[in-house]
Amino acid sequence: MNAPIRFTAVHQNLTFSRRMMVVGAAQVAVGGALVGRLGWLAVRENAKYNLLSESNRVQLIIVPPRRGWIVDRGGKPIAINRSNFRVDLIPDQVKDVPGTIAKLTGLLALTPDEVDRINRDIDAAVGFQPVQVAENVPYERYAAVTVRLPELPGVQPMRGFSRFYPTGPAVAHLIGYVGTPSAVDYKKTKDPLFLTPGFKIGKQGLEKVLEPYMRGKPGGQRIEVTASGKLVKELDPKPDQSGSTVALTIDAGLQEYAARRMGDNSGALVAMDLASGDILAFVSMPAFDPNSFSSGIGRTEWKMLSEDDHKPLINKVAQGLYPSGSTIKPAMALGFLKQGVDPSARVFCPGGMRIGNRFFSCDDRHGSMDMHSAIARSCNTYFWTMGLRTDPELTTEMVNYLGYGQQFEQLPINQRFGTMPSPKWLEQKYKRKWQGFDSANTSIGQGYVLINPLQLAVMPARLGSGMLLQPRLLMGAPKHPVAQVAVDAEHLKIVREAMGAVVNGGGTAAAAKLPLDGVQMAGKTGTAQVYKLTQRKVANANWALRDHALFVAFAPVEKPRYAIGCIIEHGGFGASSAAPIVRDTMTYLFDQQKAWATLGPLEQSWGGSLAERTARQSAAFKAAAQSAVQAKAAAAEAAAKPASA
Amino acid sequence: MILSSIIPQPLARLPWKLLFLMVAIGSFGLVNLYSAAGGSIQPWALKQGLAIVLFLGMAVALSSVREERIKPLVMPIYGAIVIALVLTDAMGIVGKGAQRWLDLGIIRLQPSEFMKPCIALMLARFYELLPAGDIRSFRAIWPAAALIGVPALLIIAQPDLGTGLMVVFAGVTVMFLAGLPLRWFLLPGAAIAAAIIPIYEFLLHGYQKKRIDIFLDPESDPMGAGYHITQSKIAIGSGGIFGKGFMQGSQSHLQYLPEGHTDFAFATLTEEWGMIGGTAIIIAYLFVLRWAMKVAANAPTRFGQLSCAGLAAVLFSYFAINLLMVMGLAPVVGIPLPLISYGGSAVMTVMICLGLLMSFERQQRSRSGSTLS
Repeated sequence: MNAPIRFTAVHQNLTFSRRMMVVGAAQVAVGGALVGRLGWLAVRENAKYNLLSESNRVQLIIVPPRRGWIVDRGGKPIAINRSNFRVDLIPDQVKDVPGTIAKLTGLLALTPDEVDRINRDIDAAVGFQPVQVAENVPYERYAAVTVRLPELPGVQPMRGFSRFYPTGPAVAHLIGYVGTPSAVDYKKTKDPLFLTPGFKIGKQGLEKVLEPYMRGKPGGQRIEVTASGKLVKELDPKPDQSGSTVALTIDAGLQEYAARRMGDNSGALVAMDLASGDILAFVSMPAFDPNSFSSGIGRTEWKMLSEDDHKPLINKVAQGLYPSGSTIKPAMALGFLKQGVDPSARVFCPGGMRIGNRFFSCDDRHGSMDMHSAIARSCNTYFWTMGLRTDPELTTEMVNYLGYGQQFEQLPINQRFGTMPSPKWLEQKYKRKWQGFDSANTSIGQGYVLINPLQLAVMPARLGSGMLLQPRLLMGAPKHPVAQVAVDAEHLKIVREAMGAVVNGGGTAAAAKLPLDGVQMAGKTGTAQVYKLTQRKVANANWALRDHALFVAFAPVEKPRYAIGCIIEHGGFGASSAAPIVRDTMTYLFDQQKAWATLGPLEQSWGGSLAERTARQSAAFKAAAQSAVQAKAAAAEAAAKPASA
Repeated sequence: MILSSIIPQPLARLPWKLLFLMVAIGSFGLVNLYSAAGGSIQPWALKQGLAIVLFLGMAVALSSVREERIKPLVMPIYGAIVIALVLTDAMGIVGKGAQRWLDLGIIRLQPSEFMKPCIALMLARFYELLPAGDIRSFRAIWPAAALIGVPALLIIAQPDLGTGLMVVFAGVTVMFLAGLPLRWFLLPGAAIAAAIIPIYEFLLHGYQKKRIDIFLDPESDPMGAGYHITQSKIAIGSGGIFGKGFMQGSQSHLQYLPEGHTDFAFATLTEEWGMIGGTAIIIAYLFVLRWAMKVAANAPTRFGQLSCAGLAAVLFSYFAINLLMVMGLAPVVGIPLPLISYGGSAVMTVMICLGLLMSFERQQRSRSGSTLS
């Protein structure tokens, strides 16, 4: 453009019409963009916004789904749902909140704590989400509320469901319990179901692990509501979808029997079926009552349970670790045989032996021992000697191969799986060389050896069946083909016969002989040192210092079908407390009547059946809780007095 | 133009196509307000209908006023409105709850409403008076900038950001069409772009900032201020192509859509009438704009050209700002969609604009008509 041209009206008109084109084009462009945006929202994103508009419009008054059952291998119920009565409140429909709560307090005998909680829930509630007033309401009180409903708008008496465990403590550690979801649970999922009164989730054990299968899908009344939560109309209800039933390999009868047979003892027992590896019993006693946990456990009860020295809150089967004691010996012997030890080779036991500069004393002066008699009579000197003659790495490998120190990953259970020490492991963990006394300790299941009761059943199961069985707890779990135990069949026979002799051939557990014709049990006792060996007799007076008693077994000797592992904490000598429990439990598997007949008188001597004792304990808890509340109130009063004076 | 011997001359001279469009849009709006009230002409449809009739009559009356009669009034009216704005601001500050508007029975008017058409006329007048040669000098800019800036700042201080922006938009459009060198638009444009952060930080009120924050991320505040945009998009999106049907919109009927009868009336309408209904409104508005732009293009005088284009810009800004906002493309600034949203002020402003445009158009026609005959 040439420099200063005079800008005239002609130029102005030209510019105007040119720029009008631009403005017009811009307007059309914006209009086009708007139509495009409209199309994007209404066509392309239509499905998404339809969904959002529906979820705005339709609200669900959630009805929690019925939880799936847990049944045993025969379909017998282990965890079921019992219908109960509950009272909820819909804050939006309540006309006079304080008045209604005052009336309900009288009708339902609510405590001040509960009233406090209800008031807090009402303040936090939105729209049509109900607030729980009380659950597990006795029928009379429920009926009292029902007849007064006309004066209580917004109060909603309902039939709900509560979890029920027919055998109570017998399954507590295996099954766990359910409870109201915590605030943390809700924050994780943001699922409104978690805020619904009456909804429970698995808090422990299989209830927790199998939660996704057992929860089901909630149903409920669908309603159309305005933005401010006002009800417009009721739409058709949506049925709930109850959770799936889970079948366990457990034999509920056996589980209950073994739990009751343990009596006052603190211990664990696991029974396995050798045909399949199925876990038939999974017992950890004493236990809590999962029924009382499902309605929320009191602080006093919790405190009393956690302070109990028998540790009723700990799942001993999966979480308890113990020295194996002499139960390790059959596996050790198999390891020796594989390394070429002659089973007829003899070792003289003078009641102990010197290793290095320490004297290790045996339980007895056994005299001349071969492998068979050494297992039958549990001679330590024989195992020390052979342990020193063989390669500890290879021997340990065999014991580990048979189950000790193994984790069974296919089980839906968290396990502490313990330790099977070997020279390599020691080098890695403690940076020191394996010594003779390490071989000696390991060969009698002491020292670093730590096992859980689950392994205590797997080891005899593998010895008995000659197969590398994997324990199975869920009936639906896939069965994997199992390999044979990679040892000479002849070697296996030697060990099995020796284990038979433990019970039937004048061995350490003669008292464990089955009271059955034609069925003989093979076993091995174990005594795990808790306190120094030399002071054992002194310690006997004190329960907490006594040795743990262990017993592993399979039966029948000739054609093994079942295996059991059992530990009784501080039970003393292995044969004295663990073996009889295993004997009776094994008897149950072959002849239930005989087994129950044995249990009857025993329970009398313990002060009633498990159910009776549980009821008594729960009453004691309640009384303790009551006195704790009173003491607290008295203390508060006492504290208030000087202030007012 | 309907040329028939039966219809009297003054009526035949009215731009019937435009009036038909306006009545069609207004009727659709009334039907929508009837639905938004849950199937009742109260409280919105009836009042809105009366306002439309009243102001349409006013527009027709205004269309018979000639350009020569309007021109001398522009400056005094502009001055009066600025004074009214000053008074409004001052009284607002002093009395806080002081009355900021004129109550006309059907509608309450703020002086800022009148500024929208007035700014177009005022700037047209200024550029008409400015010698053609001065258009590239600074003299062409600063008075115009002041003419826009003073009322705009007074309005934004009320605070009413939406109306302030409309005044600026209309004024700047006139400046652009008057032929100012392009650099005067590009440089400030760049400067504003650079100043966005400081403006955001220091000039905007807390709630205005929040609106922008939420516009940029509506999900950040789904229950608060982002709720408007979210619910509006849900209403429009869930309508689909054919809509949920008359009186069937759940978003508006269950009150999930706030302001479903005022600023967000377009969302209510689209939910029930679908993309078809929404597109019909957009196209109808584009036709109105095309008519206004044609009037501007055909205006014989510089004042006419610039006034008409400025009035068209006012119409356009209502339409564009509201729809961009309702569809989630712009922050919520509180601009209604005239004739669709409930509210007489917007109807009045739009009718003033159209009345003036009709007046200019009538003069073009009579002039060309006279040359033809």
